[in-house]
Amino acid sequence: MALKVDDLTVARGGVPVLAGISFEVADGAALVLRGPNGIGKTTLLRTLAGLQPAITGHIDFPEDTGAYASHADGIKAQLTVTENLGFWGDVHGADVPDTVFEAFDLTDLRDRVAGTLSAGQKRRLGLARLGVIGRKVLFLDEPTVSLDGFSVKMFATWLRESHLAKGGIAVIATHIDLGLDAPELELSPYKATADTAGGSDEAFL
Amino acid sequence: MIALLKRDLTLAVRAGGGFGLGLAFFLIVIVLVPFGVGPEAEVLARIAPGMLWVAALLAALLSLDRIFALDFEDGSLPLLATSPLPLEGVALMKGVAHWVTTGLPLTIAAPLLGFLLNLSPSAYLWLLGSLALGTPALSMIGTFGAAVTVGLKRGGLLMSLLVLPLYVPTLIFGSEAVRRGAGGFDATIPMLMVAGITLGCFALLPFAAAAALRVNLR
Amino acid sequence: MSIWEYANPKKFIATTTPLVPWLLWGAIAILTVGLIWGFFFTPDDVRQGSTVKIFYLHVPSAMMAINVWIMMLIASLVWLVRRHHVSALAAKAAAPIGIVMTLIALFTGAVWGQPMWGTWWAWDPRLTSFLILFLFYLGYTALWAAIEDPDTAADLTSVLCIVGSVFAVLSRYAVNFWNQGLHQPASLSLDKEENVADVFWYPALVCIAGFVLLFVALVLMRTASEIRLRRMRALEARMRS
Repeated sequence: MALKVDDLTVARGGVPVLAGISFEVADGAALVLRGPNGIGKTTLLRTLAGLQPAITGHIDFPEDTGAYASHADGIKAQLTVTENLGFWGDVHGADVPDTVFEAFDLTDLRDRVAGTLSAGQKRRLGLARLGVIGRKVLFLDEPTVSLDGFSVKMFATWLRESHLAKGGIAVIATHIDLGLDAPELELSPYKATADTAGGSDEAFL
Repeated sequence: MIALLKRDLTLAVRAGGGFGLGLAFFLIVIVLVPFGVGPEAEVLARIAPGMLWVAALLAALLSLDRIFALDFEDGSLPLLATSPLPLEGVALMKGVAHWVTTGLPLTIAAPLLGFLLNLSPSAYLWLLGSLALGTPALSMIGTFGAAVTVGLKRGGLLMSLLVLPLYVPTLIFGSEAVRRGAGGFDATIPMLMVAGITLGCFALLPFAAAAALRVNLR
Repeated sequence: MSIWEYANPKKFIATTTPLVPWLLWGAIAILTVGLIWGFFFTPDDVRQGSTVKIFYLHVPSAMMAINVWIMMLIASLVWLVRRHHVSALAAKAAAPIGIVMTLIALFTGAVWGQPMWGTWWAWDPRLTSFLILFLFYLGYTALWAAIEDPDTAADLTSVLCIVGSVFAVLSRYAVNFWNQGLHQPASLSLDKEENVADVFWYPALVCIAGFVLLFVALVLMRTASEIRLRRMRALEARMRS
């Protein structure tokens, strides 16, 4: 079961920003979203993840297999690295495998309180959550913010070898090259025009 | 859902102030009362049931805006919303966690503060009982208020305005139970009403809170 | 022809604008007749003297204070179920009218209470309930004012209105339980025995009709201006994009 998007229109604050988006991502494949700031990458990802309703169109992937990740990754400063990951594991009914600590270079930090981690280390912890929850379809919003080159490679390796290789799907909004062999979707042509239907103000115009 | 409760309680313990702040506020308000109304034991004994209930209610109000605000700021809330947990369950657990960190300590501390206000001896059991039954309703109503105002910049004050009128029935029945107890009467009826409100709040308000959260996460 | 066609903002304005002056003048005419009839052409009450005549303002405003909230509840439900913007805006437009009605009811209640009970304010269950209702109205309008996005505001206020309605009813019973009160029984009830005499009752009915008409006129006017505000906002947003 792949991810299929058909004629999707999404809105930010009731104003349509992207219209007529259609694409399909097969199992084990990734899609990289490109486009200038403000084009609506975050809005599109949030809509795909089900956090906000689409104005028109269909999003099709198996229920309860999607996960969303943005730069705000829900890390609690008072909990240790293991506790943070353990919580998300419990919520998703999954254990925390040791391989996750290795894949994100967190082995030495396991018992550190998250509040004492550097920005990059926190980011790695946030991404490690994706390895714990075992969701198949990942919607990633700028996953590599504040990561150094080495960590970016590490994340790309995890994504390729531990997620996509096992049939996972990823839709990623990013400005840097992750070194994935993935098709890119340029969003600029889908920019909604002033007469795109479906905005919350439509009835008043 | 238990995982969420466990995490929230751990956070309350580690962050400090989770348990203590509301309790300290309760103590201070009760200590201020005699300064305001004078030290006569009779007057204090008469107003004690109401003052204890009002002070407990205000102490519970104090920590409401933290129920969802922290999770909203650090991005946990959208992650929880896309997790297998239903948002209704999240709201319910948040209410329970708030009760364990504020309502429960307040209930336990209330009899001690009753001494300070010269509360009639026959009222202690009713005080303990009505707070134990009533504070969960306060937490759950507050969770709803917090869910409605979570995305707002200065939601705290607005939330008090929304939540306090909703507290009226619980306050009336709760303090009536203690007043009847203090007068040596049977207070079963108001106690049952308090219990009914609490059960109703836990049955229905998680749905309203989850609906508000979904709107705020959009 | 479905009633929902009027939920289109333009159609709503086009239909209601010509009606408003008729409703408004009708309300003024009926209220003038009712109040003059009530104030000057009814006998004084045996016990209450002429103070009883504030009844002609007190009862209709108190009824409207509750009815406006019920109208807001229905409008909120319609918005949540059918997503008609006019419905949400009508609820928003009605709230300040409800506040004024509640204030009139409280104020006239106090003025009436002074000679009757010897005090301006008593924690009587009915008066207290209206005070609580006033607080609910305040919270509701404050929430509307605090949220910038109109659809978010409509959703959240609707949820609040529904939850608030349940708690308002609950408060009413709680307050009755809490204090049995000085207030005379409801002036309007189907049980004829309790009702005030017909002499007082007919002008009161006229006043109630006047208040209802006044409310309808005001709510139509206010809804129309809310729609125009929203339209301006929409046009501005469109020009920026």
